[in-house]
Amino acid sequence: MSPDAAAVATVRAVARPSALGFWVGFAIVLAALIAAPLVLPEFWRRFVTEILIWGLLAMSSDILIGYTGMVSFGHSAFFGLGMYGAAAALLSVKPPNLWLALLYGLVAAAAVAAFVAYFSTRLRDIYFSITTLVFSQIFYVIIFTWTAVTGGENGLTFSRPPLAVPGLFSIPFTPETLHWFVLAVVTASYLILRRIMRSPFGMVLQGIRENEPRTRAIGYHVERYKIVSVMLSGCFAGLAGVLYAVQNKFAAPDFVFFLISGEVVIWNVMGGIGTLVGPVVGAAFFLLLREMFSRFLTEYYLIPVGIIFTAMVIFVPQGLIGFLRRKLNQ
Amino acid sequence: MTIPVDQILIQTLNGIVTGMILALVASGLTLIFGIMDVVNFAHGELFMLGAYVGTTTMVMSGNFWLSLVVATMTIALLGAAIQVTTLRPLLGRDPLTTILATFGISLVLQNYALWQYGPVPRKILEPFTGHFNFFYLEYPWYRLVIALLSAAIITALYLFLKFGTYGVWIRATTQDRIMAAAMGIPVPAVHTIVFAIGSGMAAASGVLFGPLIGVNHAMGLDWVLKAFIVVVVGGMGNLGGSILASIFVSLLEAYASLVVSPAQAVIVSFVALILTLLFRPTGLFVPTPK
Repeated sequence: MSPDAAAVATVRAVARPSALGFWVGFAIVLAALIAAPLVLPEFWRRFVTEILIWGLLAMSSDILIGYTGMVSFGHSAFFGLGMYGAAAALLSVKPPNLWLALLYGLVAAAAVAAFVAYFSTRLRDIYFSITTLVFSQIFYVIIFTWTAVTGGENGLTFSRPPLAVPGLFSIPFTPETLHWFVLAVVTASYLILRRIMRSPFGMVLQGIRENEPRTRAIGYHVERYKIVSVMLSGCFAGLAGVLYAVQNKFAAPDFVFFLISGEVVIWNVMGGIGTLVGPVVGAAFFLLLREMFSRFLTEYYLIPVGIIFTAMVIFVPQGLIGFLRRKLNQ
Repeated sequence: MTIPVDQILIQTLNGIVTGMILALVASGLTLIFGIMDVVNFAHGELFMLGAYVGTTTMVMSGNFWLSLVVATMTIALLGAAIQVTTLRPLLGRDPLTTILATFGISLVLQNYALWQYGPVPRKILEPFTGHFNFFYLEYPWYRLVIALLSAAIITALYLFLKFGTYGVWIRATTQDRIMAAAMGIPVPAVHTIVFAIGSGMAAASGVLFGPLIGVNHAMGLDWVLKAFIVVVVGGMGNLGGSILASIFVSLLEAYASLVVSPAQAVIVSFVALILTLLFRPTGLFVPTPK
């Protein structure tokens, strides 16, 4: 390497310390997550896999809350439709095919997202939140009462498809490979979303969050951007739904219910919105709190968790990640 | 398929009665929104807790009217406490943070109720059980009484806002918070009182509605959703509009439940909301803005 090139490289590294730091941090966390199933006991291994799936759902919702500035209270609809889409593929096609489940789930979630986006993006602020909430309840009622197709209250159960690449190999999932598969999907989604949010498209979304009339005045078609943003968010939520269906081998109306949407918002706020990583951290924090409190409060764990959440809304509105970032910058 | 006329009549009455209760819940919600820009997600939980306090007082005293008063007062105090501890620090921030904060509170209250009262629904006994004949149908008196009582409470609220000293202060705060403060109106106290009044009204409707359905910890979400729908359909912050919208939406649901199951009838009011938002986003019962 010539001295010049070395100097340039050094200058780059110094000029962009955060970028280097980011990739180092990313590699460390990824390595830890890859190693996790090999060292953790059964319960915690499952727990980490679940955090990753819920984290993906939270991340998808961050596109709306953190980047476009629209609080969706209806993410359970996209998640649930992803689950039921996967269920449809796994129950109707023999032998069950993982990739077909992914495809069906994504198509179902995208269709619902397009429908919801078309109506809800005409509204702003609270009205957007209420509309998404109402839409998710509509889907909940339909799924809950349409027993012939959706199994109603009992939901649908199916067997887990093998991890297969057509023509190459086909192996049944073990807990380890399932974890790695989920990790691969979530990591890929994260990198894609990070790239999208740093692209001009992502910048326009953030422009809408900061000042919508101005973004419109510059000449961007705000409604179209909002629709695409809701659909993007819905697709990744659906992807999380497919993963959850594959992990747990069932689809149930409970996952379309409002409570899931509410928890997604909680994860976002706890972790820090507009960071993509924050919501995953928030999901992990929430699930750990739940695990901790439900040991001695059983199902009433939401009492302390609700208090912590409300306190965080008031005192730490930027969430755990935002709080840490501010502390480190001081 | 033909639907007998008496069924339609009964459902009309039911729709109006439910509509009046809903109007009581929604007017509290719209009052809070109109004055404080707070979307109170915990409103349904206050309704539910009011009904529970009603059942407890009912068991202890045996007097329905006493429990109505006690529940209203208790929940009004609770509302004031919630406002002071969680909403006052959020004043001046994005209204969306108030949704989040009140959502957190609703989780706490709902699970507290589950913890305290258990998952089995409770029932409040009706204060009187007579029926009257309406043409050739029998209809319980109590339902008519709650419709009238709700109307009376809403009228009292209206008169209070129109003529009471605090009522005038509340309206002044709605119009211009800063100017009101400059004129010497204690704006923080006004906010607390408005929240207390709204909570008290939610609790009163909970006790009144208790005898018609079982009281359980999960009833809050249903009602807060319905109240949101009504408040949006009627026009946010518009008291008259939300009363009309309550009756309109309840009648729609009552008629729909003649054809489909009550669980599916809810969809009708959801659709009403979506259509309103698309075509009359300022509300169905307000003049078209020029």
